[in-house]
Amino acid sequence: MSFMEFINFHLVPGIVLGSVYAVGAIGITLVFGILRFAHFAHGDMATLGAFIALALVTAGLTPWAALPVAMAAVAVVAIVVDKLFYDYLKARPKIMTVMASLGVALMLRAVVQVVFGVDPRTYATGIVRPDDYFGILLRDRELYTLAAVVLIVIGLTLFLRHSRWGKAMRAMSDNPDLARLSGVDNRKVTMLTWAIVGALCAASGFMLGINNELHSMMGWQVLLPMFAAAILGGVGRVEGAVLGGLIVGIAEEMSIFILPAQYKAATAFVLLLLILLVRPRGLLNGKVL
Amino acid sequence: MALLDMKAVRGGYGDADILHGVSMTVGEREIVVIVGPNGAGKSTAMKAVFGLLTVRGGHIVFDGEDITGWAPDRIVQRGICYVPQVDNVFREMTVHENFEMGAFLRRGDLSAAYDRIYGLFPDLKAKRRNLAGDLSGGQRQMVAMGRALMLDPKLLLLDEPTAGLSPKYMEQIFQITRDVRDAGVSILLVEQHAKQALAFCDRGYVLATGANRHEGTGQALLADREVAEMFLGG
Repeated sequence: MSFMEFINFHLVPGIVLGSVYAVGAIGITLVFGILRFAHFAHGDMATLGAFIALALVTAGLTPWAALPVAMAAVAVVAIVVDKLFYDYLKARPKIMTVMASLGVALMLRAVVQVVFGVDPRTYATGIVRPDDYFGILLRDRELYTLAAVVLIVIGLTLFLRHSRWGKAMRAMSDNPDLARLSGVDNRKVTMLTWAIVGALCAASGFMLGINNELHSMMGWQVLLPMFAAAILGGVGRVEGAVLGGLIVGIAEEMSIFILPAQYKAATAFVLLLLILLVRPRGLLNGKVL
Repeated sequence: MALLDMKAVRGGYGDADILHGVSMTVGEREIVVIVGPNGAGKSTAMKAVFGLLTVRGGHIVFDGEDITGWAPDRIVQRGICYVPQVDNVFREMTVHENFEMGAFLRRGDLSAAYDRIYGLFPDLKAKRRNLAGDLSGGQRQMVAMGRALMLDPKLLLLDEPTAGLSPKYMEQIFQITRDVRDAGVSILLVEQHAKQALAFCDRGYVLATGANRHEGTGQALLADREVAEMFLGG
């Protein structure tokens, strides 16, 4: 295998997949860091976002125009889910919220299956030939995916670093008691977090769908790699989630050199086990929960 | 009329009372220290002022208004800020961001407030972009006090500000506390280092088993034989 083949058939798909994982892992790490529980409905929220975008595409929008609308829609869904289920359990032990999120995952998936069916779908039919960029083969959808991920990460980082409410989110993640003593409204931060997390879910689901296909189990199947990415990078760290996502995505695509292709999905699990054994706080020293 | 007037306060965290009738006052521009043996209810008395405790008897009057039973966020807005003993900074935020969070409820131009804080804590000006968690214990305590002062409180509550600090930093924290008082803020603090604290404060209260035991000026308490024997190690 030549070097360019290695890049085009393994590294590029790994980076694309890894960027999608990164977007999902950022959401997981935000919920972990600020709301302090493992959100199992994350993958199925992504599925919902992907299918809302499909509905918009069916109605005539181009896929990339449907993306921001789907992000806004799932942001609202996430806020409503929080108000209906998680908020109700906030005084109870966190494990109850974790279990509730598992139930929400099943509900969201069932809604998708009832409305859209269980057959695989795509945003666009036909085969897209990749363009040649100095030997690197990239399809438009891959290029746009990478660009969108970069924009999302930069936008979110700027928001968290420099805006008043972004700082409030970081403060809540850092030291919730002190944030309350400083007058930060817990409910507003929670709502804002869910809006962002919902939008990120929709984005990751859409990107997964446009680079492959949509089916009702798609989000559930990427939940483990996304969790692995969040924990690998360090819980509560946005830049860690990006790093972790890229590592998991590339590792999955590379795993076929040493493992049969059927074991690709196990790669994330192995990475998760390794990091928990060797460096449980993640590469960038995240929180201990 | 005292700025803070606590009258016969009883209460605790759960069902059992920890405070069995604590009374104290803090005047304008006054440093008042609470000392006493472990388990005397020193920190608990302070938390009662800040609404972190179920008060079952007595009254807490601040600046002419009864604040008994108020929630902490309302008390903050009324002009009392509290610096907890531990976990009192945002470790993963910069020094300056800690101050920004302190001023979260304030709108408008805050440059005068920042100038005031960096004037009180000149050491922190050079470290304003460092993460608070990377600073030394003494400097972290300064960040914690600075964060609380950003809201421009009338009364500052400090829970063992010198715990775990070297004598050098302890002296520095006491000096800053005096500077803060001279800037017009009243201070109520809990101290383990009873001797040093009584020497620098305006007035002091000695608590034991959740009730007042002695009170007076710092010098008078230091000179009191009984206080010296009971709490100051002779």
